[in-house]
Amino acid sequence: MNLKLKIWRQANAKTTGKFDIYNIDNISPDISFLEMLDILNNDLIHSGKEPIAFDHDCREGICGMCSLHINGHAHGPDSEITTCQLHMRKFNDGETITIEPWRSTAFPVIKDLVVDRTSYDKILQAGGFVSVNTGGVPDANAIPISKPDSDESMDAAACIGCGACAATCKNGSAMLFVAARVSSLAKLPQGKVEGARRAKAMVAKMDELGFGNCSNTGACEAECPKLISIGHIARLNREFLSAKLQD
Amino acid sequence: MAKIDSKTPQGPLAEQWSQHKATIKVVSPANKRKLDVIVIGTGLGGASAAAALGELGYNVNIFCISDSPRRAHSIAAQGGINAAKNYQNDNDSVYRLFYDTIKGGDYRARESNVYRLAEVSNLIIDQCVAQGVPFAREYGGLLDNRSFGGSQVSRTFYARGQTGQQLLLGAYAALNRQISKGTVTSLPRHEILDIVIVDGKARGVLARDLVTGEIKRFGAHAVVMATGGYGNVFFLSTNAMNSNGSVAWQAYKKGAMLANPCFTQIHPTCIPVHGTQQSKLTLMSESLRNDGRIWVPKKMEDVELIRAKKKKASDVVEEDRDYYLERRYPAFGNLVPRDVASRAAKERCDAGFGVNETGLAVFLDFKTAINRLGQDTIKGRYGNLFQMYEKITDVNPYEEPMMIYPAVHYTMGGSWVDYNLMTSVPGLYSIGEANFSDHGANRLGASALMQGLADGYFVLPYTIGDYLAKEIQSKKVDTTSKEFDEAEKTVKDKIAHLFTIKGNLSVDDLHKKLGNIMWECVGMARTKESLERALVEIKALRKEFWKNVKVMGKNDEFNQEIEKALRLADFLELGELMARDALNREESCGGHFRTEFQTPEGEALRDDDKFTYVAIWEFNGVDAEPTLHKEALKFETIKLAQRNYKD
Repeated sequence: MNLKLKIWRQANAKTTGKFDIYNIDNISPDISFLEMLDILNNDLIHSGKEPIAFDHDCREGICGMCSLHINGHAHGPDSEITTCQLHMRKFNDGETITIEPWRSTAFPVIKDLVVDRTSYDKILQAGGFVSVNTGGVPDANAIPISKPDSDESMDAAACIGCGACAATCKNGSAMLFVAARVSSLAKLPQGKVEGARRAKAMVAKMDELGFGNCSNTGACEAECPKLISIGHIARLNREFLSAKLQD
Repeated sequence: MAKIDSKTPQGPLAEQWSQHKATIKVVSPANKRKLDVIVIGTGLGGASAAAALGELGYNVNIFCISDSPRRAHSIAAQGGINAAKNYQNDNDSVYRLFYDTIKGGDYRARESNVYRLAEVSNLIIDQCVAQGVPFAREYGGLLDNRSFGGSQVSRTFYARGQTGQQLLLGAYAALNRQISKGTVTSLPRHEILDIVIVDGKARGVLARDLVTGEIKRFGAHAVVMATGGYGNVFFLSTNAMNSNGSVAWQAYKKGAMLANPCFTQIHPTCIPVHGTQQSKLTLMSESLRNDGRIWVPKKMEDVELIRAKKKKASDVVEEDRDYYLERRYPAFGNLVPRDVASRAAKERCDAGFGVNETGLAVFLDFKTAINRLGQDTIKGRYGNLFQMYEKITDVNPYEEPMMIYPAVHYTMGGSWVDYNLMTSVPGLYSIGEANFSDHGANRLGASALMQGLADGYFVLPYTIGDYLAKEIQSKKVDTTSKEFDEAEKTVKDKIAHLFTIKGNLSVDDLHKKLGNIMWECVGMARTKESLERALVEIKALRKEFWKNVKVMGKNDEFNQEIEKALRLADFLELGELMARDALNREESCGGHFRTEFQTPEGEALRDDDKFTYVAIWEFNGVDAEPTLHKEALKFETIKLAQRNYKD
């Protein structure tokens, strides 16, 4: 395959960026999208040019490190996967591919396609945990949990914190990310104990960090590589409201 | 050089840990507040250790090379975590988990450490459930288990195919709680480039801020390495792209000796290599061997038709299939340990029965299980793995069997540690995959997660107190000392030098070359000849690196090329030590297979008289031969035997 790549280049957070055009030839349809970028980078190095910075790590779709807006879609045109699992067979020979970083005020660009997502860490630090110390906990089978509840908790816990939801949302809202954590813990008796406190603290932190409001367009769910349902946002809203009513 | 002392407690094995805990020192809450600890790495080991130490009241700085602690490669572990709960009433026990682990490791691990691991395994499950980890459950609401290789009981707890992710999110949540309380400070996108030793003790680190390139100094009363394994020395492995061995290697150069560096785990069920442009390999969880059957065709004509895509695997009739693991190992069948399964796949492929165009693949088939249980059940168990397989290969594994081949996955070797998990440098600890201690020459499936969390939650927080109790009079570490100055100068000079070389080969070009040498000469089958060749070739490649590498950009910016160059510089030294260790060990054991030493059936042949020891290497200079020290392994509870998975 021969391709034309339109890639966002930006030296650092303080500079403005721009698109550069690169041509790349003889790409096997069986390689991954990031392997295609590896090849481009190796070519750039050999011709004395700066390689393109992009985040990636596990390349198995689980660590959440890779990002990229590809042809206007978070994680590219395929569904249910992250960028690292996208393969070139999803593109056509001769196609122009546009590659951009996440676009969200809460995720400033560090360089080229790399963004700063520490705001997600900060939201979880505000309350995305069960307050138990190590040791002195009951036997694992002491609290039976119904399989449907446990399964639903796991559905929400599949979130990889990649940032696609906030980067896709026209309001730049992190609601799906927050909801996934709140909902996962709310479905379990261990997490219920401090459910109200958690929902309030995480939503407040999200607002403080400059993420926008949710207007229920469902764009986040559509682009989520792990198919986290916006049903979890409804549960977050219930948790949040009942917390407010208790105040 | 200090004498090697494992500090293994005396007395009966089952009482050693309790005895030890009763005799080691503790630090009072008021003094804990005055003590600083550095934790390097945020995987299961690092995150759990930092959280537990923070809860105890120490001041902790935790570093990771990614943008968030949650990215650590523990997250990619799929299948599960072992514990001796015996919830299935199948006669499991602490002793049986201990025994399986020692046997699985081919009798090259320390009994006392492994027994302690089995003993604390149950606490881990309790802890994770309390944190809200959504382990799989039965309809009655209690926890479910599955089986893993090298064991005849079902002791593996799991969260779909994402157990590592869920356990890491649990540890990361505990860590976040401490960060919010201010006991732990998180430093993401920071890479540790050196350990600073003052008066013979670990007193701090030098970190490179990966966003700005700034070299920063951090002091502490103890330093914990939780940096994972060094499988990426092979270039292609199942490890994450950023996983590296550099912290352990820099520590080695400062006196923290490395143990059994040649012990590498080659995992049998990975998606085969597709071409020269491949960047990494993808694991298909061992849990698939619960329901998947491994086979190649019996007839060469079927092999040829399948390779030519003229026949589908599903069209090969039952009697023409060679389920070679079930044939060779009737008692364990498809659930033999990883090293055994990998070698058996290699044996069939070497004999010409490999089923893809490269001849390096075997089938993992779910037809029998789908017929027995239905597609929905199989989907419920492994849905995400099947989806991942299809996205990568474009083949639907519900209809056609998966193709798999062994790949580098885990390193059992690592920093030598004593029973307290302290390296040969006082005040410097190593936990999880980064140390050598628990898995001998082969790790059993679902035991890496167990060890990471055992070390981090339940071992290190106790043992580090014994050391820190002697540090309560120490002042805050002065990072303006000459030791920090010298270390910083060395690091800065090295970085500056790499940019001045301006050669013709990229870091990746050179890394691929190293990977080739390692896979061909220090891979699944090793010989005296191949290892001697590796020593020569790695040295030559190292010279080429320092003469001909091309590192773009500059230091004072976000620069992934300098990150990779620094890691490769260390791999080019570490690879040589791995070859040297493999050459020294004139026996086959676990994942270390020397072709010269095998039984008539092709199984690993140990030499217990000569090699029942941990090989511990002491650094003497980059181009000087290291000194070999030996820690004799004493088997007082378990009798040494040839491993048998046949009956």
